[in-house]
Amino acid sequence: MNFLQMIIPLNITKTISDWISSIMPETAASYTIMVVIAVAYLALFAVAGLYLVLLERKVAAWFQLRIGPNRVGPWGLLQTMADALKLVSKELTSTIKIDKFLYNLAPYFVIVSALMAMAVFPFSKQFQAFDINIGVFFLIAISSIGVIGILLAGWSSNNKYALIGAMRSGLQTISYELSVGLSILTMVLLTGTLQLSEIVEAQRTGGWLILQGHIPSIIAFMIFMVAGTAETNRAPFDLVEAESELGAGFHTEYSGMKFAYFFLAEFINMFIISSIAVVLFFGGWLSPFGITENIAWFPEVIWFLIKVLGLIFLMMWFRWTFPRLRVDQLLTLEWKYLLPLNLMNLMLMAIIIWLNWTI
Amino acid sequence: MERIIFYILAAVIILFAVASVTSRKILRAVIYLLFVLIGIAGLYFLIDYNFLAAIQLTVYGGGIIVLFIFAVLLIHHVELELEKTALKKKLIAGLLSAAGLAVTLWAISTYPFPETGSAYTSVEVADIGKILLSYEDGGFILPFEVISVLLVAVMIGAIVIAKGKKLTENN
Repeated sequence: MNFLQMIIPLNITKTISDWISSIMPETAASYTIMVVIAVAYLALFAVAGLYLVLLERKVAAWFQLRIGPNRVGPWGLLQTMADALKLVSKELTSTIKIDKFLYNLAPYFVIVSALMAMAVFPFSKQFQAFDINIGVFFLIAISSIGVIGILLAGWSSNNKYALIGAMRSGLQTISYELSVGLSILTMVLLTGTLQLSEIVEAQRTGGWLILQGHIPSIIAFMIFMVAGTAETNRAPFDLVEAESELGAGFHTEYSGMKFAYFFLAEFINMFIISSIAVVLFFGGWLSPFGITENIAWFPEVIWFLIKVLGLIFLMMWFRWTFPRLRVDQLLTLEWKYLLPLNLMNLMLMAIIIWLNWTI
Repeated sequence: MERIIFYILAAVIILFAVASVTSRKILRAVIYLLFVLIGIAGLYFLIDYNFLAAIQLTVYGGGIIVLFIFAVLLIHHVELELEKTALKKKLIAGLLSAAGLAVTLWAISTYPFPETGSAYTSVEVADIGKILLSYEDGGFILPFEVISVLLVAVMIGAIVIAKGKKLTENN
């Protein structure tokens, strides 16, 4: 199992994996390491989700000149933990006339596809669970599975608001997937590889890709952030769960932990979109100007997280600044503006690479 | 290890394929079909053909199945069940499937499966792209172009059908 090398800086995981191999026979050790990695990613998933919810509430409060959650723990740090505990202890209710099997299955589609996408990200040079040679394409493939969960949730709830929400979501995700894919493709032209670790390595010498590809890169980044926000169903593209029209959209009928799965998946998807942007445009875990490149013990994962949090803040800024789009405006934006712009941008990038005008 | 994963995937594919054709709730049938397709993608991952696996997930999982779900969402209600098929139809379908199975089994049993001497290297996306656009021997540029023309024709046809009378009345 050569792809299961997860060696964090400071070599904690290397030490752990050596220790496990030393006390067990080889096969048992490899299974144990797999389980440990899975548990580590699940923990990361839960913690990231919970603290992004808290961050969203704090940022929202800041934009609206409020204080935000401040009662549970210092600065309200334990608020979302308490919320999660409350959700776990809640009863899972459902209505009678639903399709039980699909109703129970739907949240897992959303959460599993988000978790699978997490596996391929290079958090730092050695902290990557699955360095697949088609990394970026794998991410696009996985993200196209997630929408099935939303469609199923809406349909099996047997509720007209949920169904309308699901239809809108399908419409939106299928349309904006094109823009996400094409803007990623523009950057792949520049790197010439789909493997995420190699994309990061390509930025070590030439500078971050957003500088290497200058004009088309910046256009691609803007389109990616707009389309990415739409993919995660967040405001200003949140007509999927528009509270004032649809109740809660596709997850109206869900309660307790199943509701929490949808809720967490939204925040994890935001994390995923920001991570793709960081890897493709901002040099992944590389430090700016190489300032920590020679410090061997410095955990590079910190740079990755700082950049990701910066982009997440940008997405939250969108949410609390722009009003919600109507469904026809949503489709006009994608099909009449973003898509033609994206195709032209792709050609521009090809010409720039052909003429060797990259920096 | 690989053998165990293969048998698990094969069992999943067969079970859900049977469930898909026997289910009388149409959306459940679609979801069982999705599991079959994901299982096949798993087989591609197992033989280290990642590109084809990702294609399988995007085209079938993200494209075709979502299209099916959309169609079901538009025309079907959650409580409806499909009607039972008549015995005659069942018999004909059964015979046809048995014939198909026989052809497949015959093809597999007569193919010699020669061993390749060279060591296996995983397929790079760049190579696939080069062969797809190559016009030399073994290149796929002609089918590629034919399929693009076909797709354009299909899109124009879809627009004409969807617009219907509006197209001629308003020009």
